[in-house]
Amino acid sequence: MRRRDLIGVGLFLVAAAGVLLVPQLPWVSDFRAQQFAYVGIYFIALLGLNLLTGITGQISLGHGAFMLIGGYTTAILMSEQDPPLQIAGHHFTGDLRDIWTIPLAGLVAGIVGFLFGFPALRLTGLYLALATFAVAVATPAVVKKYEGFTGGGGGINLFEASTRTKATSITDPVTFEETRVPINVLGIDVPTFNEWLYYLCWTIALVMFAGAWLLLRGRFGRSLRAVRDSELAAASSGVNLARYKTLAFGISAFYAGVAGSLLAIATTFVNPDTFPITLSIFLLVGVVVGGLGSLWPLVFGAIFIHFMQIEWAQRAEAVVPNFIPVLGDIDTDLPGAPSVAFGVVLILIMLAFPGGAAGLIRTLKSLATRGYDRAR
Amino acid sequence: MADFIQQIVGGLGDGAIYGALALALVLIHRATGVINFAQGEMAMFTTYIAWTLMENHGWSYWPAFAATLVFAFVLGVGIQRVVIAPVANASVLTVVIMTIGLVLTFNGLAGLIWSAEIRAFPSPFPNETWQLGSVSISQESVGTFGVVLVLVALLWAFFQFTKIGLALRASALNPEASRLVGVRVGWMLAIGWGLAAVLGAVAGMLTAPSAFLEPTMMQAILIYAFAAAVLGGIDSPFGAVAGGLLLGVGLNLIGTYVDFVGADLRLPVTLLIILIVLLVRPAGLFGKTVTRRV
Repeated sequence: MRRRDLIGVGLFLVAAAGVLLVPQLPWVSDFRAQQFAYVGIYFIALLGLNLLTGITGQISLGHGAFMLIGGYTTAILMSEQDPPLQIAGHHFTGDLRDIWTIPLAGLVAGIVGFLFGFPALRLTGLYLALATFAVAVATPAVVKKYEGFTGGGGGINLFEASTRTKATSITDPVTFEETRVPINVLGIDVPTFNEWLYYLCWTIALVMFAGAWLLLRGRFGRSLRAVRDSELAAASSGVNLARYKTLAFGISAFYAGVAGSLLAIATTFVNPDTFPITLSIFLLVGVVVGGLGSLWPLVFGAIFIHFMQIEWAQRAEAVVPNFIPVLGDIDTDLPGAPSVAFGVVLILIMLAFPGGAAGLIRTLKSLATRGYDRAR
Repeated sequence: MADFIQQIVGGLGDGAIYGALALALVLIHRATGVINFAQGEMAMFTTYIAWTLMENHGWSYWPAFAATLVFAFVLGVGIQRVVIAPVANASVLTVVIMTIGLVLTFNGLAGLIWSAEIRAFPSPFPNETWQLGSVSISQESVGTFGVVLVLVALLWAFFQFTKIGLALRASALNPEASRLVGVRVGWMLAIGWGLAAVLGAVAGMLTAPSAFLEPTMMQAILIYAFAAAVLGGIDSPFGAVAGGLLLGVGLNLIGTYVDFVGADLRLPVTLLIILIVLLVRPAGLFGKTVTRRV
């Protein structure tokens, strides 16, 4: 192993330990733990999309659709809905209420992604963007159509409604003694739903991050990058374009499927609106913010897309009505605030820092080393 | 049979709208080799401008219509100059991301300013039908079709018979040579974006009476326009309009006579059309196959 790799592994272990300690910090509330869990979910999805778009150079505006497939796989396997969901005579009655639905969801999405890779082989650049965009727009319509199998627009509940909100301790009326009552999620007794969610999401995120790193550091990663930089040059150096592109699609969709499955568990409910077209677009924003082709800086992209959605809805309210008075009748409800912020930030980043967070870090690093060299 | 003809006429009305937006996409693609994913959202946004002029400022329909077209033109030119021109030489991915940024911005702005509430938008055509024997033909469909046809004819004349039109065609065909003979290519591209925005605005204002005005109004229409452009050949203006009409009629007939598809699966069917055309005949029905030297 090279020295650089050893340092990398060391840093990873330290970071992993840090990440797993977060919910135990006194100032991280249960609510924050839930938010950070969402960041972990987006991180996984971004790793997948980046592998396809950043590393292999194949644009996807439809990764939300792969997340949808993952989310629905988990939801349908876990569903105990009455009347039960069914397809081809099989009735689903909580078939698999277990965390093993998560890799399974990834696998289903991965297979679909791999298969989608074949028609995608003949599409380049713009056409691929167009086709994947159409996939993302069309998928919810398909979900709504097969109501018996997917629950239609009404969606699917993964748990009984009380699972998330159930009290975690009971106070004895006579002795005032508090007893902690663990809640049971997917066959595991956990203290609180959100803390459990955090550990679930981040354990998987760390494993998948390590997986992506291992996958990309050798021959395979080099081949994918070669496809991105010049298909012609890659093919003439013996890289099998069809194989690498379809594999990139498959692996990328696997990541998206796992993220979708976790998103379904986190929201405890899926319907087509859990995976809107804007999700696909936000994922692309996240990859650009993190830095196309980067790996760990994607965390910044994940943080960005999650917190932007929440915070901006509240902040922008004060600003907007004042600065466009001519338009009259302005609603202060402001459902579009996060989108505007996303859009403007996306454009500004592309204009000013095309490398995203990763590029910024590289610049700072080179500035720091230059300063260090000069000081010596 | 009467029903069949009615569906075709209705389809031509819808198809004219798809064709107008597809033509906007083709204009930009011919000139700059970019697909503008924000075309639909820009159309929606300009339609809201028309709505505001009528609703809040008491304008009547046609003045508001004209003012909106002027606004759309300025908007299109401005966007090309400010957002697209700086990345003109960057990769396809960069430009796509820019237009996606515009999608988010316009969608969000519309939500911010006008909220997601569904609004009624007036139609310039009476909500009546003409009776031809047993066939009743909606005047709105015919009117929509007529407006788009007039617009396309005007646009064609502009490109064919004016000096700016010639310069526009020249800079799309060969930017370097045009620059050498003194055409200001950068501004020509901006004008192309402006014209595309005008087409989009018309498509938006014709869509709004039947689909109602809301920030997501044009998302499905944009997919239909993509399909129309791909079907007709993404570089062929004639193909875009023909593709739009073909798609409008086709979707209406499939929706009516194929029970399985109905009204719910129009988008997935469109997706299928896009994929099949791209895989079987990437140049579209009316496009020329381009052979590239590498």
